[in-house]
Amino acid sequence: MSDLNPSNAAAPEGEPTHDEGVSYLEAGHTIKSWLLTGDHKRIAILYLISTTLFFVVGSILAGLIRLELTSPAGVLLENDTYNKVFSAHGIVMIFFFLIPAIPAVLGNFLIPLMIGARDLAFPRLNLASWYVFMAAGVLAVFGLCTGGVDTGWTFYTPYSSLYSNTQVTIVIMAAFLAGFSSIMTAVNFIATVHKMRAPGMTWFRLPLFVWAAYATSVMIVLGTPVIAITLALVVLERVFRLGVFSPELGGDPVLFQHLFWFYSHPAVYIMILPSFGVISELFAAFTRKRVFGYHFIAFSSIAIAGLGFLVWGHHMFVTSQSMYQGVVFSLISFLVAVPSAIKVFNWTATMYKGHVRMQTPFLYALGFIGLFTVGGLTGLFLASMGTDVHLTATYFVVAHFHYVMVGGTIMGFLGGIHFWWPKMFGRMYPEFWGKLSAISVFVGFNVTFMPQFIVGFMGMPRRYHYYYFAPEFQIYNILSTAGATVLAFGFALPAFYLTWSLKKGPKATANPWGAHGLEWQTASPPITANFVSTPIVTDEVYDYSHMDEYEQQKSTLEMDKPGTPGVETKDGEVIAEEPK
Amino acid sequence: MAAVTHDHDHHVEGLHHQFEDMEQQSETYLVGMWSFLVSEVMFFGAMFLAYSLYRWKYQADFHAVHENLSVMWGGINTTVLLISSFTMVMGVHFAQLRKGKLVQMMLGATIACAFGFLFIKFTFEWPAKAVEHLVPGPTFGTIKEALHGANPRPAELFFSLYFAMTGFHALHIIVGILMLAYLANMWRKEHPLVTKDYVPTELIGLYWHFVDLVWIFLFPLFYLIPR
Repeated sequence: MSDLNPSNAAAPEGEPTHDEGVSYLEAGHTIKSWLLTGDHKRIAILYLISTTLFFVVGSILAGLIRLELTSPAGVLLENDTYNKVFSAHGIVMIFFFLIPAIPAVLGNFLIPLMIGARDLAFPRLNLASWYVFMAAGVLAVFGLCTGGVDTGWTFYTPYSSLYSNTQVTIVIMAAFLAGFSSIMTAVNFIATVHKMRAPGMTWFRLPLFVWAAYATSVMIVLGTPVIAITLALVVLERVFRLGVFSPELGGDPVLFQHLFWFYSHPAVYIMILPSFGVISELFAAFTRKRVFGYHFIAFSSIAIAGLGFLVWGHHMFVTSQSMYQGVVFSLISFLVAVPSAIKVFNWTATMYKGHVRMQTPFLYALGFIGLFTVGGLTGLFLASMGTDVHLTATYFVVAHFHYVMVGGTIMGFLGGIHFWWPKMFGRMYPEFWGKLSAISVFVGFNVTFMPQFIVGFMGMPRRYHYYYFAPEFQIYNILSTAGATVLAFGFALPAFYLTWSLKKGPKATANPWGAHGLEWQTASPPITANFVSTPIVTDEVYDYSHMDEYEQQKSTLEMDKPGTPGVETKDGEVIAEEPK
Repeated sequence: MAAVTHDHDHHVEGLHHQFEDMEQQSETYLVGMWSFLVSEVMFFGAMFLAYSLYRWKYQADFHAVHENLSVMWGGINTTVLLISSFTMVMGVHFAQLRKGKLVQMMLGATIACAFGFLFIKFTFEWPAKAVEHLVPGPTFGTIKEALHGANPRPAELFFSLYFAMTGFHALHIIVGILMLAYLANMWRKEHPLVTKDYVPTELIGLYWHFVDLVWIFLFPLFYLIPR
């Protein structure tokens, strides 16, 4: 990558233009310069702030649920309130945190940097997507504060369309708008990956994060419009009695479920695929090796995107869906395990003979492997019709999808945030607190959701706010609530130390991890135009073997003491930051 | 993009800062538009799926009640939209030749056709259904002759789908009018984005043809159900 122009501390070469070398954070200090920006990096920061706020809202609601369930008779909430709380928790977390978190924050920030572009293909569309997202979020919070919804995040008809006397219309419109925001982002990513790659950046030199974001974008473009029109039809049925789904009006409620899950099952992959991409990057950087089976991981993302659209029926084994249909859906659901397993095996194989560094991002990545594997394997229980009939609508399902969606996505998100934090803000986070947070999240998560598998298997139904009929469930629920407390501690930590590091953290070099990739070739934080001049890619992706010995040593040492401006070699010699 | 005013010394008119050259810009625009249209296909696709399901389930009722729709007005509207597609194609053609005045005329003709389509739909077609009590709701089907012998519930489903699908289509026409008007105004002001490159005009054209194509499916599905 010697053709590239690192523009960190050293004075940039080449013909100077007037804002060369000014980091994107310094390019303007007014509120207006942030709210009217076209810079993908700034929009990513806007998304980071807003999705974090929604995460806090969703977490508080989760806390209420856990508190309520510590006693068999319920503690705090009435029936109706409890229904509204778990619906709000699901809606806020899924539509306003899990789906946008990685694509809109890390994807926005990294895709142009990783492919060597100056910006995304459509900067104004990108900004518009954030405004639409915020409008959706404000609408949802308004709806949830002025009555809430009691339908669950699934909005099943006919309850949602004809019976529920809550703010269904407003909240559905919010979900509809949030979908538009995702489609805008996805169209932007697809056009960018196809047409904005730097010279020499071929498809098989793309970092795996870009492959994953691309596969996600394809799923968003194909799936989101279906949920949009389905939810719009629910609103039409509710407001104008335009019956499509309600049996009273001649419609078929199971059609709603088909259309809903046609999007909402792929939505799980929309949440998890970008996380796969982050994990691939982390494994390459922290084992200092090319990811084992690069092509297999890239194509397994595409395979998951394809198969993900053919499994929605496994949410409907206990509906009027025919048994033969169920058998086919069950079979295809099992098939999804194949590309998922390819990924997990390839990641673990990457560690073999690698220089493994147990730093915070990699701890998150390892935690991801653990949680995702448990989540994926318990998914097979639910994909088998025989066991699913027993486990449908129990806490087993709740635990399963939290392991996959939440364990998978949040571990990837936090791992990625820590890994790219020095790139985003030019500061290192404190390593000790980072490790503490990664371990607390992993332990807290397992203590929260492992008991739910057991209590679900014993028959505790989901969405109930009491279980006085089976007080023996209490011990599991108390364990779960205790775990949630540890989890909350693990999530709260980064909020504090990352904010602290913005001002007080040690300054990061352009490539504090010694990682390989275009985003590490430019300054931390990057300049507004990303690169001083368009990079020309001449080597393969994750090509750690060709780094010269000096680079190897330097980056290995830098990983031991991240962010140290000048690091010592084993011989005690101090290396200047940018040797010539 | 207001914040990004820097960049190349060799600034090309009509070229946005994130692109290297006009060719890359045009190709990127086209990929973006086609991706958006794929998502539009899925948007309407879900409704076509619902339609297929219910038509298969209630074949006789759908046939009976469809006779209430006026093939004449539907046919005229189909023709109007086909003409609008032709004028749109001519608009793109003249955009390639950079004949601004003719582009504006053709875009104007397309907008006129679009208004004609909406006028027919909202004055001759939809209000007539209200008079015949064929708008889904408590009074649906209270005028027995209007149902042409169909059972009321399947007939109500037919009209639910009719209003939902043609309604969303009409919404797309309205958005199309706004986009066409914006584009025509850019041509009038000789904005370099459209005069230096025909692709932005073609993008609106692609969208317009998609909207037209949806109607080409809607017309036979609602107006021309065979026995």
